Amino acid sequence: MLLGLLGAAGAFGVCEAVSRAGIVRRSYLPPASEVLVRAARLTADPVFVDGIGVTLRAWALGLGLACAIAVPLGLLLGAVPVVEAAARAVIEFLRPLPSVALIPLVSLLLGSGTETEVTLIAYASLWPVLFNTVYGLGETDPLAKDTLRAFGFGRLAVLLRVELPATAPFIAAGVRISAAVALILAVATEILSGFGQGLGIFIAQAQTATDGTRDVLAGVVWAGGLGLVINGVLVGVEGRLFAWALEPGPEAGKSERGHP
Amino acid sequence: MTGTQGNASGSPRATAVPFLLRWAVLLVAVACWELAARARGSVYFPPPLRIARHARDLWFSGAVDHLFLTPAAVDTILPSLGRMAAGFALAAVAGITLGIAMGRSRRAYALCNPVLQFARSVPPPALVPVFVVVFDFGTPMQVASIVFSAVWPVLVNSAEGARATDPLRLEVAAVLRLTAPERLWFLILPSALPRIFAGLRLSLSLCLILMVFSELLPGADDGIGFTLTDAQTRSDLLTVWAALMLLGALGYLLNTGLLAVEKRLVGPRTSAGRTA
Repeated sequence: MLLGLLGAAGAFGVCEAVSRAGIVRRSYLPPASEVLVRAARLTADPVFVDGIGVTLRAWALGLGLACAIAVPLGLLLGAVPVVEAAARAVIEFLRPLPSVALIPLVSLLLGSGTETEVTLIAYASLWPVLFNTVYGLGETDPLAKDTLRAFGFGRLAVLLRVELPATAPFIAAGVRISAAVALILAVATEILSGFGQGLGIFIAQAQTATDGTRDVLAGVVWAGGLGLVINGVLVGVEGRLFAWALEPGPEAGKSERGHP
Repeated sequence: MTGTQGNASGSPRATAVPFLLRWAVLLVAVACWELAARARGSVYFPPPLRIARHARDLWFSGAVDHLFLTPAAVDTILPSLGRMAAGFALAAVAGITLGIAMGRSRRAYALCNPVLQFARSVPPPALVPVFVVVFDFGTPMQVASIVFSAVWPVLVNSAEGARATDPLRLEVAAVLRLTAPERLWFLILPSALPRIFAGLRLSLSLCLILMVFSELLPGADDGIGFTLTDAQTRSDLLTVWAALMLLGALGYLLNTGLLAVEKRLVGPRTSAGRTA
Protein backbone atom coordinates (compact mmCIF):
# COMPACT_ATOMS: atom_id res chain seq x y z
CA MET A 1 0.00 0.00 0.00
CA LEU A 2 2.77 2.39 0.99
CA LEU A 3 4.83 1.38 -2.03
CA GLY A 4 1.77 1.89 -4.20
CA LEU A 5 1.39 5.46 -2.97
CA LEU A 6 5.08 5.93 -3.56
CA GLY A 7 4.68 4.63 -7.12
CA ALA A 8 1.80 6.98 -7.79
CA ALA A 9 3.79 9.86 -6.39
CA GLY A 10 6.75 8.83 -8.55
CA ALA A 11 4.66 8.77 -11.72
CA PHE A 12 3.24 12.16 -10.80
CA GLY A 13 6.73 13.52 -10.17
CA VAL A 14 8.09 12.23 -13.48
CA CYS A 15 5.23 13.81 -15.44
CA GLU A 16 5.69 17.06 -13.55
CA ALA A 17 9.47 17.08 -14.07
CA VAL A 18 9.31 16.18 -17.77
CA SER A 19 6.96 19.04 -18.39
CA ARG A 20 8.71 21.61 -16.18
CA ALA A 21 12.13 20.79 -17.58
CA GLY A 22 10.81 21.50 -21.06
CA ILE A 23 11.69 18.07 -22.49
CA VAL A 24 8.35 18.07 -24.28
CA ARG A 25 6.42 21.13 -25.22
CA ARG A 26 4.26 22.45 -22.44
CA SER A 27 1.19 22.49 -24.64
CA TYR A 28 1.70 18.75 -25.25
CA LEU A 29 2.12 17.66 -21.68
CA PRO A 30 1.21 20.27 -19.07
CA PRO A 31 2.62 19.71 -15.57
CA ALA A 32 0.72 17.03 -13.66
CA SER A 33 -0.05 19.44 -10.82
CA GLU A 34 -1.81 21.85 -13.17
CA VAL A 35 -3.88 19.01 -14.62
CA LEU A 36 -4.90 17.78 -11.18
CA VAL A 37 -5.75 21.28 -9.97
CA ARG A 38 -7.83 21.82 -13.08
CA ALA A 39 -9.58 18.46 -12.57
CA ALA A 40 -10.38 19.44 -8.98
CA ARG A 41 -11.61 22.89 -10.04
CA LEU A 42 -14.00 21.30 -12.52
CA THR A 43 -16.13 20.08 -9.63
CA ALA A 44 -17.16 23.71 -9.12
CA ASP A 45 -18.17 24.06 -12.76
CA PRO A 46 -21.93 23.33 -12.92
CA VAL A 47 -21.84 22.70 -16.69
CA PHE A 48 -19.15 20.07 -16.26
CA VAL A 49 -20.91 18.39 -13.34
CA ASP A 50 -24.12 18.30 -15.36
CA GLY A 51 -22.17 16.76 -18.21
CA ILE A 52 -20.87 14.01 -15.94
CA GLY A 53 -24.47 13.42 -14.87
CA VAL A 54 -25.60 13.14 -18.49
CA THR A 55 -22.82 10.67 -19.30
CA LEU A 56 -23.52 8.59 -16.22
CA ARG A 57 -27.25 8.53 -16.95
CA ALA A 58 -26.65 7.26 -20.49
CA TRP A 59 -24.18 4.75 -19.09
CA ALA A 60 -26.63 3.45 -16.50
CA LEU A 61 -29.55 3.32 -18.93
CA GLY A 62 -27.53 1.47 -21.55
CA LEU A 63 -26.06 -0.97 -19.07
CA GLY A 64 -29.46 -1.60 -17.49
CA LEU A 65 -31.03 -2.20 -20.86
CA ALA A 66 -28.23 -4.58 -21.80
CA CYS A 67 -28.70 -6.57 -18.58
CA ALA A 68 -32.47 -6.66 -19.02
CA ILE A 69 -31.98 -8.22 -22.45
CA ALA A 70 -28.87 -10.30 -21.90
CA VAL A 71 -29.76 -12.13 -18.67
CA PRO A 72 -33.09 -13.62 -19.84
CA LEU A 73 -31.62 -14.32 -23.27
CA GLY A 74 -28.59 -15.96 -21.73
CA LEU A 75 -30.79 -18.10 -19.48
CA LEU A 76 -32.81 -19.17 -22.51
CA LEU A 77 -29.71 -19.95 -24.54
CA GLY A 78 -28.02 -21.76 -21.69
CA ALA A 79 -31.07 -23.78 -20.69
CA VAL A 80 -32.15 -24.93 -24.14
CA PRO A 81 -29.20 -26.41 -26.05
CA VAL A 82 -30.97 -26.40 -29.42
CA VAL A 83 -31.59 -22.65 -29.22
CA GLU A 84 -28.01 -22.14 -28.14
CA ALA A 85 -26.61 -24.10 -31.09
CA ALA A 86 -28.85 -22.20 -33.46
CA ALA A 87 -28.25 -18.73 -32.03
CA ARG A 88 -24.51 -19.18 -31.76
CA ALA A 89 -24.08 -18.82 -35.50
CA VAL A 90 -25.84 -15.46 -35.53
CA ILE A 91 -24.04 -14.32 -32.37
CA GLU A 92 -20.63 -15.35 -33.68
CA PHE A 93 -21.20 -13.08 -36.65
CA LEU A 94 -22.52 -10.13 -34.66
CA ARG A 95 -20.02 -10.10 -31.84
CA PRO A 96 -16.70 -9.46 -33.62
CA LEU A 97 -18.04 -6.24 -35.11
CA PRO A 98 -16.29 -3.40 -33.28
CA SER A 99 -19.18 -1.58 -31.63
CA VAL A 100 -17.67 1.85 -32.28
CA ALA A 101 -18.14 1.23 -35.99
CA LEU A 102 -21.89 1.26 -35.45
CA ILE A 103 -21.81 4.92 -34.40
CA PRO A 104 -22.25 6.29 -37.96
CA LEU A 105 -25.10 3.93 -38.80
CA VAL A 106 -26.98 4.42 -35.55
CA SER A 107 -26.59 8.19 -35.74
CA LEU A 108 -28.07 8.09 -39.23
CA LEU A 109 -30.99 6.04 -37.91
CA LEU A 110 -31.65 7.79 -34.59
CA GLY A 111 -29.93 11.14 -34.93
CA SER A 112 -27.12 12.17 -32.60
CA GLY A 113 -28.69 12.29 -29.18
CA THR A 114 -29.14 10.31 -26.01
CA GLU A 115 -31.05 7.57 -27.84
CA THR A 116 -28.09 6.83 -30.08
CA GLU A 117 -25.74 6.79 -27.12
CA VAL A 118 -27.93 4.49 -25.05
CA THR A 119 -28.54 2.13 -27.98
CA LEU A 120 -24.85 1.80 -28.69
CA ILE A 121 -23.95 1.32 -25.04
CA ALA A 122 -26.63 -1.34 -24.68
CA TYR A 123 -25.48 -3.16 -27.80
CA ALA A 124 -21.85 -3.20 -26.79
CA SER A 125 -22.42 -4.20 -23.17
CA LEU A 126 -24.83 -6.95 -24.13
CA TRP A 127 -22.14 -9.48 -25.02
CA PRO A 128 -20.13 -9.91 -21.81
CA VAL A 129 -23.31 -10.36 -19.74
CA LEU A 130 -24.77 -12.74 -22.30
CA PHE A 131 -21.69 -14.91 -22.58
CA ASN A 132 -21.11 -15.02 -18.86
CA THR A 133 -24.72 -16.03 -18.24
CA VAL A 134 -24.51 -18.88 -20.74
CA TYR A 135 -21.14 -19.96 -19.37
CA GLY A 136 -22.32 -19.78 -15.77
CA LEU A 137 -25.35 -21.93 -16.51
CA GLY A 138 -23.03 -24.57 -17.93
CA GLU A 139 -21.04 -24.57 -14.68
CA THR A 140 -24.02 -25.26 -12.43
CA ASP A 141 -23.59 -28.25 -10.14
CA PRO A 142 -25.46 -31.11 -11.88
CA LEU A 143 -26.02 -32.89 -8.58
CA ALA A 144 -28.10 -30.02 -7.22
CA LYS A 145 -30.18 -29.95 -10.38
CA ASP A 146 -30.75 -33.71 -10.31
CA THR A 147 -31.69 -33.58 -6.65
CA LEU A 148 -34.38 -31.02 -7.30
CA ARG A 149 -35.62 -32.94 -10.32
CA ALA A 150 -35.78 -36.12 -8.25
CA PHE A 151 -38.04 -34.29 -5.83
CA GLY A 152 -40.37 -33.54 -8.69
CA PHE A 153 -39.56 -29.91 -9.34
CA GLY A 154 -40.25 -28.74 -12.87
CA ARG A 155 -37.83 -27.25 -15.37
CA LEU A 156 -38.68 -23.68 -14.43
CA ALA A 157 -38.36 -24.31 -10.71
CA VAL A 158 -34.91 -25.84 -11.21
CA LEU A 159 -33.93 -22.84 -13.28
CA LEU A 160 -35.10 -20.33 -10.69
CA ARG A 161 -34.00 -22.17 -7.54
CA VAL A 162 -30.67 -23.68 -8.55
CA GLU A 163 -29.40 -22.44 -11.85
CA LEU A 164 -30.11 -18.75 -11.47
CA PRO A 165 -28.47 -18.40 -8.03
CA ALA A 166 -25.51 -20.49 -9.16
CA THR A 167 -25.12 -18.32 -12.24
CA ALA A 168 -25.44 -15.02 -10.41
CA PRO A 169 -21.69 -14.61 -9.65
CA PHE A 170 -20.89 -15.15 -13.32
CA ILE A 171 -23.55 -12.63 -14.33
CA ALA A 172 -22.10 -10.13 -11.85
CA ALA A 173 -18.63 -10.59 -13.34
CA GLY A 174 -20.14 -10.03 -16.79
CA VAL A 175 -21.83 -6.84 -15.60
CA ARG A 176 -18.49 -5.59 -14.28
CA ILE A 177 -16.83 -6.13 -17.66
CA SER A 178 -19.80 -4.54 -19.39
CA ALA A 179 -19.62 -1.50 -17.12
CA ALA A 180 -16.16 -0.70 -18.49
CA VAL A 181 -17.26 -1.34 -22.06
CA ALA A 182 -20.28 0.91 -21.54
CA LEU A 183 -18.06 3.75 -20.34
CA ILE A 184 -15.85 3.36 -23.42
CA LEU A 185 -18.87 3.58 -25.70
CA ALA A 186 -20.36 6.52 -23.80
CA VAL A 187 -17.17 8.56 -24.15
CA ALA A 188 -16.62 7.47 -27.76
CA THR A 189 -20.11 8.43 -28.95
CA GLU A 190 -19.91 11.76 -27.17
CA ILE A 191 -16.52 12.64 -28.62
CA LEU A 192 -17.77 11.85 -32.11
CA SER A 193 -21.11 13.63 -31.80
CA GLY A 194 -19.29 16.75 -30.61
CA PHE A 195 -22.16 18.80 -29.27
CA GLY A 196 -24.59 18.56 -26.37
CA GLN A 197 -23.49 17.68 -22.86
CA GLY A 198 -21.28 15.01 -21.42
CA LEU A 199 -17.77 14.10 -20.38
CA GLY A 200 -16.77 13.07 -23.91
CA ILE A 201 -18.10 16.34 -25.28
CA PHE A 202 -16.10 18.29 -22.73
CA ILE A 203 -12.98 16.45 -23.89
CA ALA A 204 -13.77 16.93 -27.58
CA GLN A 205 -14.36 20.66 -27.16
CA ALA A 206 -11.30 21.18 -24.97
CA GLN A 207 -9.20 19.58 -27.69
CA THR A 208 -9.93 22.35 -30.16
CA ALA A 209 -9.19 25.19 -27.72
CA THR A 210 -5.72 26.68 -27.57
CA ASP A 211 -3.69 25.20 -24.76
CA GLY A 212 -6.52 22.71 -24.36
CA THR A 213 -4.37 19.71 -23.49
CA ARG A 214 -4.65 20.58 -19.82
CA ASP A 215 -8.43 20.44 -20.02
CA VAL A 216 -8.36 17.27 -22.10
CA LEU A 217 -6.09 15.63 -19.53
CA ALA A 218 -8.29 16.86 -16.69
CA GLY A 219 -11.20 15.19 -18.49
CA VAL A 220 -9.12 12.02 -18.85
CA VAL A 221 -8.40 12.09 -15.12
CA TRP A 222 -12.13 12.29 -14.50
CA ALA A 223 -12.85 9.49 -16.95
CA GLY A 224 -10.23 7.27 -15.35
CA GLY A 225 -11.53 8.14 -11.90
CA LEU A 226 -15.06 7.23 -12.91
CA GLY A 227 -13.86 3.94 -14.33
CA LEU A 228 -11.90 3.20 -11.19
CA VAL A 229 -14.79 4.03 -8.86
CA ILE A 230 -17.31 2.04 -10.90
CA ASN A 231 -15.03 -0.98 -10.99
CA GLY A 232 -14.25 -0.68 -7.29
CA VAL A 233 -17.91 -0.46 -6.33
CA LEU A 234 -18.81 -3.45 -8.48
CA VAL A 235 -15.93 -5.53 -7.12
CA GLY A 236 -17.03 -4.63 -3.60
CA VAL A 237 -20.65 -5.55 -4.28
CA GLU A 238 -19.56 -8.82 -5.86
CA GLY A 239 -17.34 -9.67 -2.91
CA ARG A 240 -20.14 -8.96 -0.47
CA LEU A 241 -22.95 -10.70 -2.32
CA PHE A 242 -21.08 -13.67 -3.67
CA ALA A 243 -18.42 -14.28 -1.05
CA TRP A 244 -19.51 -17.91 -1.04
CA ALA A 245 -18.66 -18.30 -4.71
CA LEU A 246 -15.14 -16.85 -4.65
CA GLU A 247 -12.54 -19.42 -5.46
CA PRO A 248 -9.78 -19.45 -2.88
CA GLY A 249 -7.04 -19.91 -5.51
CA PRO A 250 -6.61 -16.64 -7.37
CA GLU A 251 -8.02 -14.54 -4.57
CA ALA A 252 -5.43 -15.76 -2.09
CA GLY A 253 -2.76 -14.24 -4.31
CA LYS A 254 -4.43 -10.86 -4.16
CA SER A 255 -4.30 -10.59 -0.38
CA GLU A 256 -0.51 -10.65 -0.56
CA ARG A 257 -0.73 -7.19 -2.01
CA GLY A 258 -1.46 -5.82 1.46
CA HIS A 259 1.99 -6.44 2.93
CA PRO A 260 4.67 -6.17 0.29
CA MET B 1 -15.16 -19.60 -25.32
CA THR B 2 -15.53 -21.14 -28.75
CA GLY B 3 -15.28 -24.83 -29.38
CA THR B 4 -16.65 -25.83 -26.01
CA GLN B 5 -18.66 -28.57 -27.58
CA GLY B 6 -15.87 -29.56 -29.97
CA ASN B 7 -14.91 -32.61 -27.94
CA ALA B 8 -12.75 -34.80 -30.09
CA SER B 9 -14.11 -38.03 -28.67
CA GLY B 10 -17.72 -37.30 -29.69
CA SER B 11 -19.15 -39.20 -32.62
CA PRO B 12 -19.06 -37.37 -35.96
CA ARG B 13 -22.82 -37.23 -35.97
CA ALA B 14 -23.01 -35.54 -32.59
CA THR B 15 -20.76 -32.71 -33.77
CA ALA B 16 -22.15 -32.53 -37.31
CA VAL B 17 -25.73 -31.86 -36.28
CA PRO B 18 -25.11 -28.63 -34.32
CA PHE B 19 -22.72 -27.55 -37.07
CA LEU B 20 -25.34 -28.02 -39.78
CA LEU B 21 -28.00 -26.47 -37.58
CA ARG B 22 -25.82 -23.40 -37.08
CA TRP B 23 -25.29 -22.80 -40.74
CA ALA B 24 -28.91 -23.55 -41.53
CA VAL B 25 -30.03 -21.01 -38.94
CA LEU B 26 -27.61 -18.45 -40.28
CA LEU B 27 -28.86 -18.99 -43.82
CA VAL B 28 -32.47 -18.73 -42.68
CA ALA B 29 -31.70 -15.55 -40.74
CA VAL B 30 -30.03 -13.94 -43.74
CA ALA B 31 -32.89 -15.07 -46.00
CA CYS B 32 -35.45 -13.55 -43.62
CA TRP B 33 -33.48 -10.32 -43.53
CA GLU B 34 -33.32 -10.33 -47.34
CA LEU B 35 -37.05 -10.92 -47.70
CA ALA B 36 -38.01 -8.42 -45.02
CA ALA B 37 -35.69 -5.78 -46.44
CA ARG B 38 -37.09 -6.27 -49.94
CA ALA B 39 -40.67 -6.18 -48.72
CA ARG B 40 -40.16 -3.02 -46.69
CA GLY B 41 -37.91 -1.35 -49.22
CA SER B 42 -36.44 0.85 -46.47
CA VAL B 43 -33.44 2.97 -47.42
CA TYR B 44 -31.91 2.34 -44.03
CA PHE B 45 -31.97 -1.45 -44.18
CA PRO B 46 -30.88 -2.59 -47.62
CA PRO B 47 -31.13 -6.32 -48.46
CA PRO B 48 -27.95 -8.25 -47.60
CA LEU B 49 -27.38 -9.46 -51.14
CA ARG B 50 -27.22 -5.88 -52.37
CA ILE B 51 -24.79 -5.03 -49.57
CA ALA B 52 -22.60 -7.98 -50.48
CA ARG B 53 -22.66 -7.04 -54.16
CA HIS B 54 -21.84 -3.45 -53.29
CA ALA B 55 -18.93 -4.57 -51.10
CA ARG B 56 -17.63 -6.72 -53.93
CA ASP B 57 -17.85 -3.88 -56.42
CA LEU B 58 -16.11 -1.53 -54.01
CA TRP B 59 -13.27 -3.68 -52.80
CA PHE B 60 -13.06 -7.17 -54.26
CA SER B 61 -13.54 -6.82 -58.01
CA GLY B 62 -9.94 -5.96 -58.81
CA ALA B 63 -7.39 -7.70 -61.00
CA VAL B 64 -6.27 -11.23 -60.26
CA ASP B 65 -2.65 -10.22 -59.72
CA HIS B 66 -3.80 -7.84 -57.00
CA LEU B 67 -5.61 -10.70 -55.22
CA PHE B 68 -8.88 -9.24 -56.57
CA LEU B 69 -8.42 -6.12 -54.46
CA THR B 70 -9.50 -2.91 -56.12
CA PRO B 71 -7.39 0.26 -55.75
CA ALA B 72 -10.05 1.53 -53.33
CA ALA B 73 -9.51 -1.54 -51.16
CA VAL B 74 -5.76 -1.05 -51.20
CA ASP B 75 -6.29 2.55 -50.11
CA THR B 76 -8.76 1.82 -47.33
CA ILE B 77 -8.27 -1.67 -45.94
CA LEU B 78 -4.49 -1.90 -46.01
CA PRO B 79 -3.74 1.33 -44.09
CA SER B 80 -6.25 0.34 -41.42
CA LEU B 81 -4.84 -3.16 -41.10
CA GLY B 82 -1.28 -1.89 -41.10
CA ARG B 83 -1.92 0.58 -38.28
CA MET B 84 -3.75 -2.02 -36.31
CA ALA B 85 -1.00 -4.62 -36.79
CA ALA B 86 1.68 -2.11 -35.78
CA GLY B 87 -0.31 -1.03 -32.72
CA PHE B 88 -1.11 -4.56 -31.64
CA ALA B 89 2.46 -5.76 -32.09
CA LEU B 90 3.92 -2.85 -30.14
CA ALA B 91 1.36 -3.20 -27.38
CA ALA B 92 1.95 -6.96 -27.15
CA VAL B 93 5.74 -6.70 -27.00
CA ALA B 94 5.74 -3.81 -24.54
CA GLY B 95 2.99 -5.32 -22.43
CA ILE B 96 4.51 -8.78 -22.16
CA THR B 97 8.05 -7.54 -21.47
CA LEU B 98 7.10 -4.93 -18.90
CA GLY B 99 4.43 -7.16 -17.40
CA ILE B 100 6.76 -10.09 -16.81
CA ALA B 101 9.47 -7.82 -15.45
CA MET B 102 6.92 -6.30 -13.09
CA GLY B 103 5.42 -9.62 -12.11
CA ARG B 104 8.81 -11.04 -11.16
CA SER B 105 9.52 -8.39 -8.57
CA ARG B 106 7.11 -8.00 -5.73
CA ARG B 107 8.36 -4.47 -5.08
CA ALA B 108 7.95 -3.33 -8.66
CA TYR B 109 4.48 -4.81 -8.71
CA ALA B 110 3.41 -3.01 -5.57
CA LEU B 111 4.98 0.19 -6.83
CA CYS B 112 3.28 0.22 -10.20
CA ASN B 113 -0.04 -1.41 -9.42
CA PRO B 114 -2.09 1.70 -8.49
CA VAL B 115 -0.86 3.64 -11.52
CA LEU B 116 -1.64 0.66 -13.72
CA GLN B 117 -5.12 0.24 -12.32
CA PHE B 118 -5.82 3.87 -13.05
CA ALA B 119 -4.39 3.69 -16.58
CA ARG B 120 -6.47 0.63 -17.26
CA SER B 121 -9.63 2.33 -16.03
CA VAL B 122 -9.40 5.25 -18.43
CA PRO B 123 -11.80 4.62 -21.31
CA PRO B 124 -9.33 4.62 -24.25
CA PRO B 125 -11.29 6.96 -26.57
CA ALA B 126 -10.87 9.71 -23.97
CA LEU B 127 -7.11 9.67 -24.56
CA VAL B 128 -7.29 9.96 -28.33
CA PRO B 129 -7.72 13.79 -28.30
CA VAL B 130 -4.44 14.03 -26.38
CA PHE B 131 -2.64 12.21 -29.17
CA VAL B 132 -4.40 14.37 -31.74
CA VAL B 133 -2.86 17.43 -30.10
CA VAL B 134 0.60 15.87 -29.84
CA PHE B 135 0.89 14.11 -33.20
CA ASP B 136 -1.78 15.85 -35.26
CA PHE B 137 -3.79 13.59 -37.57
CA GLY B 138 -2.14 10.70 -39.30
CA THR B 139 -0.67 7.30 -38.71
CA PRO B 140 1.53 8.12 -35.67
CA MET B 141 -1.47 9.48 -33.78
CA GLN B 142 -3.53 6.43 -34.66
CA VAL B 143 -0.84 3.91 -33.78
CA ALA B 144 -0.15 5.73 -30.50
CA SER B 145 -3.84 5.64 -29.56
CA ILE B 146 -4.01 1.94 -30.37
CA VAL B 147 -0.88 1.12 -28.37
CA PHE B 148 -1.91 3.18 -25.37
CA SER B 149 -5.26 1.49 -25.09
CA ALA B 150 -4.20 -2.05 -25.94
CA VAL B 151 -1.10 -2.28 -23.77
CA TRP B 152 -2.82 -2.29 -20.36
CA PRO B 153 -4.73 -5.58 -20.53
CA VAL B 154 -1.58 -7.39 -21.73
CA LEU B 155 0.57 -5.71 -19.10
CA VAL B 156 -1.73 -6.44 -16.19
CA ASN B 157 -2.36 -10.02 -17.29
CA SER B 158 1.31 -10.76 -17.95
CA ALA B 159 2.25 -9.38 -14.56
CA GLU B 160 -0.35 -11.48 -12.80
CA GLY B 161 0.61 -14.51 -14.85
CA ALA B 162 4.28 -14.12 -13.97
CA ARG B 163 3.41 -13.58 -10.32
CA ALA B 164 1.44 -16.79 -10.22
CA THR B 165 4.40 -19.01 -11.19
CA ASP B 166 4.44 -22.02 -8.90
CA PRO B 167 7.04 -21.23 -6.17
CA LEU B 168 7.90 -24.92 -5.86
CA ARG B 169 8.91 -25.02 -9.50
CA LEU B 170 11.01 -21.90 -9.03
CA GLU B 171 12.80 -23.63 -6.18
CA VAL B 172 13.39 -26.68 -8.36
CA ALA B 173 14.79 -24.37 -11.02
CA ALA B 174 17.11 -22.86 -8.42
CA VAL B 175 18.27 -26.31 -7.39
CA LEU B 176 18.91 -27.23 -11.01
CA ARG B 177 20.88 -23.99 -11.35
CA LEU B 178 18.92 -22.77 -14.33
CA THR B 179 20.13 -19.40 -15.53
CA ALA B 180 17.76 -16.45 -15.49
CA PRO B 181 17.00 -16.60 -19.24
CA GLU B 182 16.39 -20.35 -18.98
CA ARG B 183 14.06 -19.82 -16.04
CA LEU B 184 12.22 -17.18 -18.00
CA TRP B 185 11.92 -19.25 -21.14
CA PHE B 186 11.16 -22.68 -19.70
CA LEU B 187 9.26 -21.80 -16.58
CA ILE B 188 7.85 -18.31 -16.19
CA LEU B 189 6.78 -17.66 -19.75
CA PRO B 190 4.94 -20.98 -20.23
CA SER B 191 3.15 -20.69 -16.92
CA ALA B 192 2.12 -17.10 -17.66
CA LEU B 193 1.08 -17.86 -21.22
CA PRO B 194 -2.64 -18.58 -20.61
CA ARG B 195 -2.99 -15.28 -18.77
CA ILE B 196 -0.99 -13.46 -21.43
CA PHE B 197 -3.32 -14.74 -24.11
CA ALA B 198 -6.36 -13.71 -22.11
CA GLY B 199 -4.86 -10.21 -22.13
CA LEU B 200 -4.02 -10.39 -25.82
CA ARG B 201 -7.59 -11.28 -26.71
CA LEU B 202 -8.89 -8.26 -24.83
CA SER B 203 -6.25 -6.11 -26.49
CA LEU B 204 -7.16 -7.30 -29.94
CA SER B 205 -10.75 -6.19 -29.61
CA LEU B 206 -9.60 -2.87 -28.13
CA CYS B 207 -7.20 -2.45 -31.08
CA LEU B 208 -10.04 -2.94 -33.52
CA ILE B 209 -12.23 -0.46 -31.65
CA LEU B 210 -9.49 2.15 -31.46
CA MET B 211 -8.49 1.65 -35.07
CA VAL B 212 -12.03 2.44 -36.16
CA PHE B 213 -12.47 5.21 -33.62
CA SER B 214 -9.28 7.04 -34.58
CA GLU B 215 -10.38 6.93 -38.21
CA LEU B 216 -13.90 8.10 -37.45
CA LEU B 217 -12.66 11.38 -35.95
CA PRO B 218 -13.13 14.40 -38.17
CA GLY B 219 -9.73 15.04 -39.72
CA ALA B 220 -8.77 11.46 -40.60
CA ASP B 221 -8.40 10.92 -44.32
CA ASP B 222 -8.11 7.22 -45.04
CA GLY B 223 -9.02 3.82 -43.67
CA ILE B 224 -12.17 1.85 -43.11
CA GLY B 225 -13.41 4.23 -40.42
CA PHE B 226 -13.01 7.16 -42.78
CA THR B 227 -15.02 5.28 -45.41
CA LEU B 228 -17.74 4.94 -42.78
CA THR B 229 -17.92 8.63 -41.86
CA ASP B 230 -17.57 9.65 -45.48
CA ALA B 231 -20.51 7.42 -46.44
CA GLN B 232 -22.44 8.69 -43.43
CA THR B 233 -22.14 12.33 -44.48
CA ARG B 234 -23.28 11.38 -47.99
CA SER B 235 -26.08 9.23 -46.51
CA ASP B 236 -24.72 6.38 -48.61
CA LEU B 237 -26.18 3.58 -46.51
CA LEU B 238 -25.07 0.79 -48.78
CA THR B 239 -21.43 1.72 -48.20
CA VAL B 240 -22.02 2.09 -44.45
CA TRP B 241 -23.45 -1.42 -44.28
CA ALA B 242 -20.72 -2.81 -46.53
CA ALA B 243 -18.02 -1.30 -44.32
CA LEU B 244 -19.73 -2.73 -41.25
CA MET B 245 -19.78 -6.18 -42.82
CA LEU B 246 -16.13 -5.83 -43.75
CA LEU B 247 -15.24 -4.87 -40.19
CA GLY B 248 -17.26 -7.75 -38.80
CA ALA B 249 -15.48 -10.17 -41.10
CA LEU B 250 -12.08 -8.70 -40.18
CA GLY B 251 -12.88 -8.93 -36.49
CA TYR B 252 -13.96 -12.53 -36.90
CA LEU B 253 -10.86 -13.50 -38.87
CA LEU B 254 -8.44 -11.76 -36.50
CA ASN B 255 -10.07 -13.28 -33.44
CA THR B 256 -10.09 -16.75 -34.98
CA GLY B 257 -6.43 -16.35 -35.91
CA LEU B 258 -5.45 -15.36 -32.39
CA LEU B 259 -7.43 -18.27 -30.94
CA ALA B 260 -5.64 -20.65 -33.31
CA VAL B 261 -2.25 -19.32 -32.19
CA GLU B 262 -3.32 -19.62 -28.57
CA LYS B 263 -4.48 -23.18 -29.07
CA ARG B 264 -1.15 -24.07 -30.64
CA LEU B 265 0.95 -22.45 -27.94
CA VAL B 266 -1.11 -23.07 -24.83
CA GLY B 267 -3.31 -26.02 -25.73
CA PRO B 268 -0.91 -28.97 -25.56
CA ARG B 269 0.47 -27.69 -22.23
CA THR B 270 3.95 -28.98 -23.01
CA SER B 271 6.30 -26.13 -22.41
CA ALA B 272 9.54 -27.70 -23.62
CA GLY B 273 8.37 -28.75 -27.05
CA ARG B 274 7.64 -25.26 -28.24
CA THR B 275 9.67 -23.92 -31.09
CA ALA B 276 7.99 -20.57 -31.55
